[in-house]
Amino acid sequence: MSVIRPSVIRAEGINKIFREPVDFHVLKDISFDIKMGEFVSIMGKSGCGKSTLLYILSTMDTDYTGDLFLNDKMITKDDPTQLARIRNEQIGFVFQFHYLLPEFSVLENVMLPARKLAKKSFEEIEFDAYQVLEMLDIKHIARKKSYRISGGEKQRVAIARALINQPSIIMGDEPTGNLDSKNSDNVLSIFKQLAAEKGLTLLVVTHDLDFAKRTDRIITMGDGRVIDHGFNT
Amino acid sequence: MDFKVLFAIAKTHIFTRIKQSAIAALGVTFGIATFIILVSFMTGLNGLLDGMILNRTPHIHLYNEIVPSKKQPVNLWEKTSKQWSVVSSVKPKQKQSRIYNALPLIEALKKSDDVYGLTAQVSTQAFYTAGTIELNGLINGVNIMQEAKLFNIDDYIIEGEIKDLHQNDNGIIVGAGVAKKMSAKIGDRIQLVSARGGQLSLKIVAIYQSGLAEIDNVQSYANIKTVQQLMGESSNYITDINIKLHDMDKAFPLAKAYERIYNVTAVDIHTANAQFDTGTTIRNIITYAVSITLLIVAGFGIYNILNMFIYEKMNDIAILKATGFSGNDVMFIFISQALILGLVGGVLGLLFGYSASVLIDNIPFVTEALPTVKTYPVNFDSSYYLIGMGFAIVSTFFAGYLPAKKAKSIDPVEILRGQ
Ligand SMILES: Nc1ncnc2c1ncn2[C@@H]1O[C@H](COP(=O)(O)OP(=O)(O)OP(=O)(O)O)[C@@H](O)[C@H]1O
Ligand SMILES: [Mg+2]
Repeated sequence: MSVIRPSVIRAEGINKIFREPVDFHVLKDISFDIKMGEFVSIMGKSGCGKSTLLYILSTMDTDYTGDLFLNDKMITKDDPTQLARIRNEQIGFVFQFHYLLPEFSVLENVMLPARKLAKKSFEEIEFDAYQVLEMLDIKHIARKKSYRISGGEKQRVAIARALINQPSIIMGDEPTGNLDSKNSDNVLSIFKQLAAEKGLTLLVVTHDLDFAKRTDRIITMGDGRVIDHGFNT
Repeated sequence: MDFKVLFAIAKTHIFTRIKQSAIAALGVTFGIATFIILVSFMTGLNGLLDGMILNRTPHIHLYNEIVPSKKQPVNLWEKTSKQWSVVSSVKPKQKQSRIYNALPLIEALKKSDDVYGLTAQVSTQAFYTAGTIELNGLINGVNIMQEAKLFNIDDYIIEGEIKDLHQNDNGIIVGAGVAKKMSAKIGDRIQLVSARGGQLSLKIVAIYQSGLAEIDNVQSYANIKTVQQLMGESSNYITDINIKLHDMDKAFPLAKAYERIYNVTAVDIHTANAQFDTGTTIRNIITYAVSITLLIVAGFGIYNILNMFIYEKMNDIAILKATGFSGNDVMFIFISQALILGLVGGVLGLLFGYSASVLIDNIPFVTEALPTVKTYPVNFDSSYYLIGMGFAIVSTFFAGYLPAKKAKSIDPVEILRGQ
């Protein structure tokens, strides 16, 4: 690669120890750098600390040592309100279980992070939300309550919600783990399309090797460490 | 502003749990309505009793008490060590019941900054005679318009009008008991005979009922000149001065001062009605104690609902936090939920309380003591409605605060991992 792309998220020497019930050193000296527009997957045995790492990267877990940089700005020492703002503006998160607010409509769920950000008017946000829903091919269910739609649809709504504020990076913790292969393929192609067309940066934990192989590179973890950065494939 | 979206979330939460929310709000409604009804009725009652006692009682009553002189004449004579001085039977003169120098005293009092107004009276024993009936009585010579203005005497007139007395020097307002005993009605004439033999024939222009039989059976009012004439006294003969102050609380010290300066007997309203203040205070305490208890119960209702709610909504809270809502945002959502319930419940409570008060206000209530009162007394003072609303908001705020604080401290990672 000849072009030097800017870093989106960079970890430097991240360590995490669970104190309960006994001391357990779950993440050991994790360092890596993810550049703008990269689509990276993380693989590793169950229990090796992938989710734990993702919670730290997404700023929800602040109980760790080491430094975390977002767009080359250190965010490790930011206070909870600043971190909430960062999550809102810069990070889109897609969970394994399609976490939506069940009593709100699909459209409202997608709009919530943007309304919190409050950079645009309600009408603009609504327009954006419809566009994202259209792109993900779920515009027709916009007005449905989110507990009345299928699992695959929920996952796409969650992706739409992650996209609404045009974040720097989208993180996913086994976002296809709960889907059949058809829906799983669907989500993967959406991600690939976003990376290719919009230059979006993606970091996705997965157990699905087929899925991982179709990403730019695979970071492999084992026993709390990064054992392969996936540059030589 | 992102408050709008927080409110929208709170609103959705309330509407999806409409039954529980309604019950919680109704708890507040019940508390506030009870408060309004109780406080309106109790203070109405206080006002009524104020009317019975405070309105017609002078803040300070000046008169000249007829007591045996403290200095018996024999003691004024020579002090001797070898003799006994035992004569102690010199009785006060009849004349002493007047206030000395009454007219200059009245002028001086009228100029005082503390005095709101005063009335002068001449009262004397007299007999009422009509045909062969002869009744013992007490006649007060008054300026009736002044009495009405300062001491609301017109509230106790059950027949006739006070201005008829004002315009007629030969008029008299008799007590209801007197009128009944003499089977006299308005327009009839009765004879008055003073203790010293003076006689007058007066026309009844109105009938007065205080509610206290011992007064209504003897008392009557005539113009001050008329009574002076009956007694054969000049216009500076005044037996009583009734003073209304700007500030009732000064009654006691001023009464003491007047006694010293003007050499009269002065009785202040607190000394005359000591039991009265206590009653008012106790009624107020009961009102507030009952209302606050009800509101605390209502507050627990809201606290419970929100607590339950937060347990049910753990996932939602985790999602909100994961998508960038801060702890304070989450807290704001739940507190505003509590406040919305409190506000709606409170406003309904005020409406219910007001309606019930109007209802009570129209229930007939007939009492001998207050002839002008026809229905139960209710006080519609708007400040109680403000206090009620304040109560509702403060109690629901606290009820919402603790669960909201819990929601604020929920760790989203723990919830997400739990799945
Ligand atoms: N709150 C906690 N306290 C103590 N230990 C924990 C806690 N959470 C997770 N662990 C442990 O940390 C290790 C890493 O957990 P983590 O969820 O990150 O694994 P993972 O790589 O995501 O596994 P999976 O692929 O099954 O999702 C596990 O051994 C787990 O038992
Ligand atoms: Mg995991």
